[in-house]
Amino acid sequence: MSQPNTKDHAALAEAFIKDEERVDWHDGALWYIREKRDIASKTIPEWEELREAASQIKSNVISNLHEYLIQFEANLKKNGITVHWADTPEEHNEIVYAILKAKEINQMVKSKSMLTEECGLNEYLEERGIGVINSDLGEYIQQIDNEPPSHIVLPCIHKRKEEIGELFHEHLGTEKGLSDPTQLTRVARKHLRNVFMTRRAALTGVNFAVAETGEYVVCTNEGNADMGAHLSEVQIASMGLEKIIPQKKHLSVFLRLLARSATGQPITIYSSHYKKPREGQEMHLILVNAGRTRQLGRPDFQNSLKCIKCGACMNTCPVYRKSGGLSYHNTISGPIGAILAPNLDMKKHADLPFASTLCGSCSNVCPVKINIHDQLYKWRQEIVKEGYATSTKVFGMKAMAWTLSSSDKLATAGRAGRWFMQNVPFVVNNKLNPWYKQRDMPDGSKESFTEWYIKNEQKNPE
Amino acid sequence: MNVGLFIPCYVNQFYPNAARATLELLKKTGVNVGYPTKQICCGQPMANSGFEHLAQDCNNVFIENFSEFDYIVGPSASCILHLKDHLHSDTQEGKATEIRGKVYELVEFLTDVLHIESLNATFPHKVGLHHSCHGLRGLHLAQMSELNAPPYSKPEKLLAMVEGLERVTLDRCDECCGFGGVFSVSEEAVSVKMGKDRVRDHTRNGAEYITSSDLSCLMHLEGILHRNKSNVKVIHISEILNATI
Repeated sequence: MSQPNTKDHAALAEAFIKDEERVDWHDGALWYIREKRDIASKTIPEWEELREAASQIKSNVISNLHEYLIQFEANLKKNGITVHWADTPEEHNEIVYAILKAKEINQMVKSKSMLTEECGLNEYLEERGIGVINSDLGEYIQQIDNEPPSHIVLPCIHKRKEEIGELFHEHLGTEKGLSDPTQLTRVARKHLRNVFMTRRAALTGVNFAVAETGEYVVCTNEGNADMGAHLSEVQIASMGLEKIIPQKKHLSVFLRLLARSATGQPITIYSSHYKKPREGQEMHLILVNAGRTRQLGRPDFQNSLKCIKCGACMNTCPVYRKSGGLSYHNTISGPIGAILAPNLDMKKHADLPFASTLCGSCSNVCPVKINIHDQLYKWRQEIVKEGYATSTKVFGMKAMAWTLSSSDKLATAGRAGRWFMQNVPFVVNNKLNPWYKQRDMPDGSKESFTEWYIKNEQKNPE
Repeated sequence: MNVGLFIPCYVNQFYPNAARATLELLKKTGVNVGYPTKQICCGQPMANSGFEHLAQDCNNVFIENFSEFDYIVGPSASCILHLKDHLHSDTQEGKATEIRGKVYELVEFLTDVLHIESLNATFPHKVGLHHSCHGLRGLHLAQMSELNAPPYSKPEKLLAMVEGLERVTLDRCDECCGFGGVFSVSEEAVSVKMGKDRVRDHTRNGAEYITSSDLSCLMHLEGILHRNKSNVKVIHISEILNATI
């Protein structure tokens, strides 16, 4: 499954796990959030009905996306927002660049948008002489460390506070050894205030786009989206096509689910509605496809477009908690990333659907009831069919299928146990088998149940 | 009632005692048990690796061995779930559909079909119950911690009928152990770390035995316990439910 010259999930995870103390702490931090989510969701008696309602609203959106997008576009224009359509990440970046260039702007502040991470916007603009600052604290930390976010809601969850202190010392001139979160946050706040005051352009992501009214909603805890947008002369919003909801009243379902699922909060501190430009301000909204319509055309996988990016599946996923978000080598990591990424580049991300035990916890916490673990299973079939499994794996699987399908073949191959020990992948008894690195196998040389049964039960029927 | 006993390939080889306990337990309840000796594999190892299309022969062998029974019962939630979800046939789809509807994991067969209310079993030990994910989230053997729904637990109900057994409470009641079939070798580091953490939860809370309705999870946990020379043992739930002093 692994690609030449790039490390796959298993290899990156193995590297992360070497620091076991960090893994335990990472696992504990995310599990704590999963527990907060459990508590929050269980205070709402109709929680499961809410999830079902959200899932059905999104089913409606997916089935009627074309109409809702046209309605949304018309209402945006009515409200005085300029609408752009981008089919690819490159087109998206070109549009942003053109908007900024027309106003001779060379510095922009951004509030968290995973979509622009997916598009590689920062790098694109920086190559053209435009500086971008991520204003969410977590993303800001990741940016100064020149590392992508490891989690869609908690971008630097894999970093210890001491490491952040070190980064601040290097980049913001704080005292060496300072790692108190409150003090570090104050320093970042002061620095970012200055950024907000001096940037003429602000870009935000979009959590929900209301087709009925032509407004969009951005949910943050830090208020940084507002700070950027309110002080800007040019406000840009980038959104994936799937972020549409039909009516404003549907926010009453999604806003109740989003923060509870994400962090266990009843609601994010800010749910900001943007509808019209201020006097003298320009507002642009970019609708980005970037593979979403291709996913829409895959019946088994189109439900992945229901995702509201809460990150609950990451927090609950034991593989994610033990392996860290960066091991998924994709903007969106974790279980949801593993079903979205193969749509973007099946070869590059062929390892991700296999980075799961199919335990199913992800599907249970998903606020829009995406059948994530079923889709992981289906992606595995798809990836093998498309020829992205290694030839040794194909050969091994064919041999195993051939032998496992007939007891006569097993009989001629010798005792079942002997065959089993030599052929079943997680059992193969040699030093090269990863099973034995840290685990033993039970003794396979004893009499099998079948042998016992034939001797004792079949010959002496009761 | 004719019950076909399905013993998964790895159980047949590595855990014959659990297979015998399952057979004895079923016989004690008074049902007729048949064991087709030419059975092999449910096909899950191929299917979960993305090679579902190679499992066709396995499926047909399964159908030939088991279609005549009223019920099919096996001591492995994972294999049973695979059969329920994915057993199909190009040539005998009618029979495959029938089998998908009458295949049961041992615990659910005892509680849902036979409605067992008492057991003549004694097991005077501290026991930690490990939920296999396929048993829990696939077969719904117990309520899942993620959902806002009333609690229930079929294995706990049965374990409560065992004299002398003391169940230990875990910090994380239904977290995955990290076995995951081929995942256990293709993602060795993650798999082992997950297993170590599960083991620690049981040992920290005083378990002498870890039990489950799935031996695949237990094989993985046992491998870790054994390598670390732990005194804690794994035992399939059938062996506890069938245990007498």
